[in-house]
Amino acid sequence: MNDDDFGRGIISQAEWHRPSVRWGIGTAQVLLLVGLVIGGLGPILLLAKGAITPTIDTITSPMSFFPHGAAWSNLREAWTTVHVGRYFWNTVVLAFGSWGVQIVVATTGGFALSVLRPKYARVINALLLGTLFIPTVVLLVPLYIEIVRPPLIHHSFIDSYWAVWLPAGASAFNVVLVKRFFDNLPREIFEAARIDGAGPFRLFWSVVLPMSKPIVGVVSIFAVLASWKDFLWPLLVLTNPNEQPLSVRLPSIESQTSLGVFLAAMFIACLVPIAGFLVFQRSFLRGSGLGGALKG
Amino acid sequence: MTSRRGLSRVQAVPRRTPVTWARGGGLTTLLFLLPLLFVFGAFSWYPIVRTVIMSLQHTNLVQPARWVGFQNFERVWHDPLFPIAVRNTAYFAGLALVFGYPIPLVAAVLMSEVRKRRGIYSGLAYLPVVIPPVVAVLLWKTFYDASSTGAFNTILGWVHLGPYPWLQSQQWAMPSLVLESTWANAGGTVIIYLAALTGVQTELYEAASVDGAGLLRKVWHITLPQLRGILLVTMILQIIGTAQVFLEPYLFTSGGPANATLTVLLLIYNYAFGNSLGGDYGNATALSLMLAGFLTLFSLFYLRATRSWSTR
Repeated sequence: MNDDDFGRGIISQAEWHRPSVRWGIGTAQVLLLVGLVIGGLGPILLLAKGAITPTIDTITSPMSFFPHGAAWSNLREAWTTVHVGRYFWNTVVLAFGSWGVQIVVATTGGFALSVLRPKYARVINALLLGTLFIPTVVLLVPLYIEIVRPPLIHHSFIDSYWAVWLPAGASAFNVVLVKRFFDNLPREIFEAARIDGAGPFRLFWSVVLPMSKPIVGVVSIFAVLASWKDFLWPLLVLTNPNEQPLSVRLPSIESQTSLGVFLAAMFIACLVPIAGFLVFQRSFLRGSGLGGALKG
Repeated sequence: MTSRRGLSRVQAVPRRTPVTWARGGGLTTLLFLLPLLFVFGAFSWYPIVRTVIMSLQHTNLVQPARWVGFQNFERVWHDPLFPIAVRNTAYFAGLALVFGYPIPLVAAVLMSEVRKRRGIYSGLAYLPVVIPPVVAVLLWKTFYDASSTGAFNTILGWVHLGPYPWLQSQQWAMPSLVLESTWANAGGTVIIYLAALTGVQTELYEAASVDGAGLLRKVWHITLPQLRGILLVTMILQIIGTAQVFLEPYLFTSGGPANATLTVLLLIYNYAFGNSLGGDYGNATALSLMLAGFLTLFSLFYLRATRSWSTR
């Protein structure tokens, strides 16, 4: 909130000048900040510390700071000996593919439903919105059977990355978000492009997509993050450890590695989401608010 | 086809035939819809229908599927683990509501009054949400170490409390799960409330100040009533989400100790994938349909019960 908004909040300007209010609110906000630092940042700092602390120190005195020096070797050992490097790469490939499928489905589908508007668009819209109300648990078992025994094709997709990439595209949330954005683009521009002789493909590629960078950015961020976080589905369909992403491997390597190396592996798994959050903080927070607005 | 086209040309009235439809751009439209129709058809609409069919069949992927009517539902209903799972899930959802519902609201209202560098507050609140859930659970598992040198027991030891058994005790396991889950999810709700708070009509605050209303009265009589729509939505979304809790009981405790954290979703997973001899997919789909049906009925009831209150 900048100075223009001063006094437009719950606390009026007159109240803000009263010392008791100032102190009371000030104390509450400082307490909140301390709580957020301890609660939000604390566990992650402990993870970072544990990642470079000798295992024995973390086990005997988890809250003390480097009683016997740091152990940077944890990170190296995790990356090479425990093969976190490979699992990290698997995670990147899975996230990239899921992102691609989600973007293609959401933009082409949103374009057809919002700009081209065939007569049957209403039916598809209803079917899409319907899936938002179905709890995801209902899909789990039949989707798994479908991957093991696909109809028509007699070939199991277990251990194929397509088994993760393609179902990721079935996000009605993405399509609705993109469609709403397209709905708000000025129609006159589409008409002008049509009069200038642009067909639907040209309209999509050269007019609508370049205007949609904000929404494509938000969908991309959440697509990559969701893929990075995903656990149960890749656990079910990717059975070969060499192909599994970090989130699936971490529980399996927990019992086989020393605590220090394990914490280092978990720390590496957090790096990309945290870095992405720091860079795109504004989009993250706006996107989450958007989600709330849509759900509301 | 050609005769119809000829006819329409004679009458000079364009009639809708597959050919005119394709010439009018219908085919291109369909081409654009193809990715959506394929992905949703194959991975959303078809599996939903398939669930209903499978819940009425006996399938193990080895023998051909057999129609068994409502036998799967009956077997789940009479499974001694079923009432335990339902009770545990309700306990988790209830505790998560007690812990997780008021905290984000209080935090968001306080944060909306921060005048400088509010980004730091919302950033810190949201940080746990971007941590991969598997990492969050496994990290908290190390914190919950039951020995006196576990991270939480060390901290509590400073004020001469504990050591507590955390995940290893039937009594404390579920609250421990809820604590981690609240930490991991509260930030998302805070951001939703912050967005909603920007839409509160500020003129009312000024009017109330002129009338001499204090801070708490303004929050109670102006802020909360204007937020009630979003408050009702976040509550039902949280209940729907926590009713499907899986990751925490699966990774923290595998449902133990003594089934104290066995939830409905974990039971579904165990039916379908827990048995190395082959899954009982009929039971799994029957139970997931029962959960989905319950959540749908609950949501409808909830929306009806709160309708007058949310739009008044």
